[in-house]
Amino acid sequence: MAVEKQELEKVVIKFAGDSGDGMQLTGMQFTGTSALLGNDLATFPDYPAEIRAPQGTVAGVSGFQVHIGKSQIYTPGDNADVLVAMNAAALKANLDHVVKGKTIIVDIDNFKRKDWEKAGFEADPLSDGTLDSYNVVEAPVTSLTKMALKDMGLDNKSVVRSKNMFTLGMVYWMFSRPLDHTEKFLNSKFKSKQIVADANIKALRAGYNYAETIEALASAYTILPADLEPGTYKNVMGNQATAWGFLAAAEKAGLELFLGSYPITPASEILHELALYKHFGAKAFQAEDEIAGVVSAIGASFAGDLAITTTSGPGLALKTEAIGLALITELPLVVVNVQRGGPSTGLPTKTEQSDLSQAVNGRNGASPVIVIAASTPANCFDYAFMASKLALEHMTPVILLTDGYLGNGSQPWKIKTMKELPTITPNYIPEDKKETWLPYERDAKTKARYWAKPGQAGFEHRIGGLEKDMLTGNVSYDPVNHEKMVQIRQEKVDLVANYIPELTVEGSEGGDLLVVGWGGTYGSLLSAVKQLNVIGVEIGLAHFNYINPLPKNTADIFSKYTHIIVCELNDGQFLRHLRGALPDFKYEGYNKVQGLPFTVSELTQLFTKKLGEIKK
Amino acid sequence: MSEVKTVEYTAKDFSSDQEVKWCPGCGDYAILKAVQKAMPLVGRRREDVVFVSGIGCSSRFPYYMDTYGFHSIHGRAPALASGVKLANPNLSVWQITGDGDALAIGGNHFIHAIRRNMGLNILLFNNRIYGLTKGQFSPTTDLGHKTKSSPQGVIDNPFHPGELVLGAQGHFFARCVDINPSHMTGVMVEAEKHEGTSLVEILQNCIIFNDKVFSDFTSKENKSDALLYVEHGKPMIFGKENDKGLVLKGFELEVVTIGENGITEDDVLVHDAYVKNPTLHFMMVRMEYPMILGVIRNVAAEPFEKKLAKQVLEVEKKSNFKTIDDLLLSGETWEIV
Repeated sequence: MAVEKQELEKVVIKFAGDSGDGMQLTGMQFTGTSALLGNDLATFPDYPAEIRAPQGTVAGVSGFQVHIGKSQIYTPGDNADVLVAMNAAALKANLDHVVKGKTIIVDIDNFKRKDWEKAGFEADPLSDGTLDSYNVVEAPVTSLTKMALKDMGLDNKSVVRSKNMFTLGMVYWMFSRPLDHTEKFLNSKFKSKQIVADANIKALRAGYNYAETIEALASAYTILPADLEPGTYKNVMGNQATAWGFLAAAEKAGLELFLGSYPITPASEILHELALYKHFGAKAFQAEDEIAGVVSAIGASFAGDLAITTTSGPGLALKTEAIGLALITELPLVVVNVQRGGPSTGLPTKTEQSDLSQAVNGRNGASPVIVIAASTPANCFDYAFMASKLALEHMTPVILLTDGYLGNGSQPWKIKTMKELPTITPNYIPEDKKETWLPYERDAKTKARYWAKPGQAGFEHRIGGLEKDMLTGNVSYDPVNHEKMVQIRQEKVDLVANYIPELTVEGSEGGDLLVVGWGGTYGSLLSAVKQLNVIGVEIGLAHFNYINPLPKNTADIFSKYTHIIVCELNDGQFLRHLRGALPDFKYEGYNKVQGLPFTVSELTQLFTKKLGEIKK
Repeated sequence: MSEVKTVEYTAKDFSSDQEVKWCPGCGDYAILKAVQKAMPLVGRRREDVVFVSGIGCSSRFPYYMDTYGFHSIHGRAPALASGVKLANPNLSVWQITGDGDALAIGGNHFIHAIRRNMGLNILLFNNRIYGLTKGQFSPTTDLGHKTKSSPQGVIDNPFHPGELVLGAQGHFFARCVDINPSHMTGVMVEAEKHEGTSLVEILQNCIIFNDKVFSDFTSKENKSDALLYVEHGKPMIFGKENDKGLVLKGFELEVVTIGENGITEDDVLVHDAYVKNPTLHFMMVRMEYPMILGVIRNVAAEPFEKKLAKQVLEVEKKSNFKTIDDLLLSGETWEIV
């Protein structure tokens, strides 16, 4: 049958099934193939907090959402244009997030009465009208896979396990993707078990051919390559990019990398990633707890490594006292917080911009640190690098905020090479000061003290958590000295504003409404603002990566708009921070605390409504 | 080790310019002197020595040593020392801690540091009381002891530090007492020689809040009859007349008198610090009469940092990535032109 090929600007596809159904792998294969075709894309995996929740239940559904397009893609997409539901539970869990009128592919072999009852449907969703407003493709995926593989001599379990490749084949046909990328992958993954590779490939092709044959998939689509900046690209996940940013920073600074960490969702992948690269001088030390993670990093920093610790919200709380120690001893340290829903244990696998206040203010005494935030999975690399650079050059702890949405999300990354990265110059004692050096003597411009490492003869010195004399670093209880030290530590962090990029605006450069965001909401906010700009609405976006200190031109930018709306996935933490730092402006907050990202459509509606109110 | 030349140091070279601020008569003074005397014997260059501590009276110690030093936060010194050692395995790393710092707030770090067996020397000043916070009971305070926070007497069962060390698979455990600095100096040198984590418990008198807590075996009249100094390969004999010894009776150590009931010197147990099985060492660290001093356990084992160095070489051999650029450019890439 000749099928008309429609061109699409972009499409969101969600693969959903039991956590054992291989949905992450299926989604990643679709992503990889699309990336090689030059599409821009963004992905987000979404899996249950329990490792293997009961089969066939909504709690056990694992999903992978991928957004691909010809134009630039900033988010994994609000709602799916295509849902692949491997069972009734996967349909139940995702139905609310499928665009009406779009396609749902179901494996009808897993929609028997017991299946839909277990999933929590009151009646058979395939026949009771639930899916009337969707284009439903009912495919007996499991039985067709079994039939396709029946002569291969494989056990039943391995046969059934190949069904994800059957559905992938169907989706490949729908979106005119070639099979070779996945075939190559399967051959290499099952190198030692050729029969399994062959079975998976057979299932993939069977799915592809089946989709071509059946009437239900009336049309196939193509998505042309995106207009991305020329260069070499690869797909990266945020946590992986974070790890690589640190490796690059250590190499650039001529240092070894030390990570002290304790496993915690959703930050553990950074530990896993760095544990692979011992030969790059990366020491990934899994400590006995969060506190030992950060304190071992402080020890490594004292002894001369680029030292980092990685965690999520509750772990940052445990590290609080130690960050104060790094701050008063003025040692370089990077603390990564891959934020998740809080307070307390909260929502470990859900995203939230939960810890800005904790990062900025959460320590005893006057205790300023640099706080920065990544805003896309790919730029986790840049901000991990920058966090290291600032820590080493300014001799201070830096807290880098990412979140579960960035850490687990993926995106094409224009690969950077070592030579195009900026230099990092740790604040060592200058030659001309070595004769007269004192432990708390400072660089005149940055106010950073110099870093003397054990092993260097003639620079033996003692530091610690007690207040320091402002030059010798000896313990000092002198009242005036203490006040001066409090001021110097603040001044040192304030001066960092001279070393970070200025804030930029996307969209309208002035007018009635400025949208303000920070960190991981960038993709949604930018998409919404751009959509409105395209239809002629004047609205700007100022998105912050530098939280403390704020970029120097922040007030200049704010003053160009009559209204400022601060959008955050929390209860208004950045808004309160801005009120404290720049009290002359009037801010309004838009806050969502549901463990979910903003959708682009909720934002465009919000901004449109807001602009309507202003104009009245 | 990267020593290029031997430097002749004296104890004075390790004394910093800071005024020592412990209470007059505190046992810590003797320990400081003993450590400063041990340093030239240890033979490490001053710049390669790091003293790390937590919080408490003992934890002021690094300020008084003219080496690199880090006075950190309560209980966390083992983690800090571990970071120092991993960043630069060439350093000689010493951790100073007390019974509260090591066994209460820092108990978790303490057992894990011992389990990992990095090249750290941990000196545990045990005075069985909280000094800096002014007189509350500690995890080693005797049952029934009345303190500010236990006015009716302690009802917590005390730890024996040695049992924790052995339970955490420690390879080196020694005990000293503040009234015998020269013995302490010798033990410090042994501790540094041992690869991996060495734990030295020092019984130290707190003259203000727990004075004479150890007098049952440290007072002039008691010490020669109540202290047993052990050495590997030598019979465990003690007493004013050198006529008392230890024998194993069933599952207990028992004090016998040589010349009584047909006991001869040959019946007395010979100390074996090198034996891997810690059973006898457990009995020795629990005893309070006699109080056993010296190196009780000293078993060779490959330290953490050496195992790590081996893994680095292995990864180096196997990895496809020789440079960071190799890694960044790895996997599936595509060109946009």
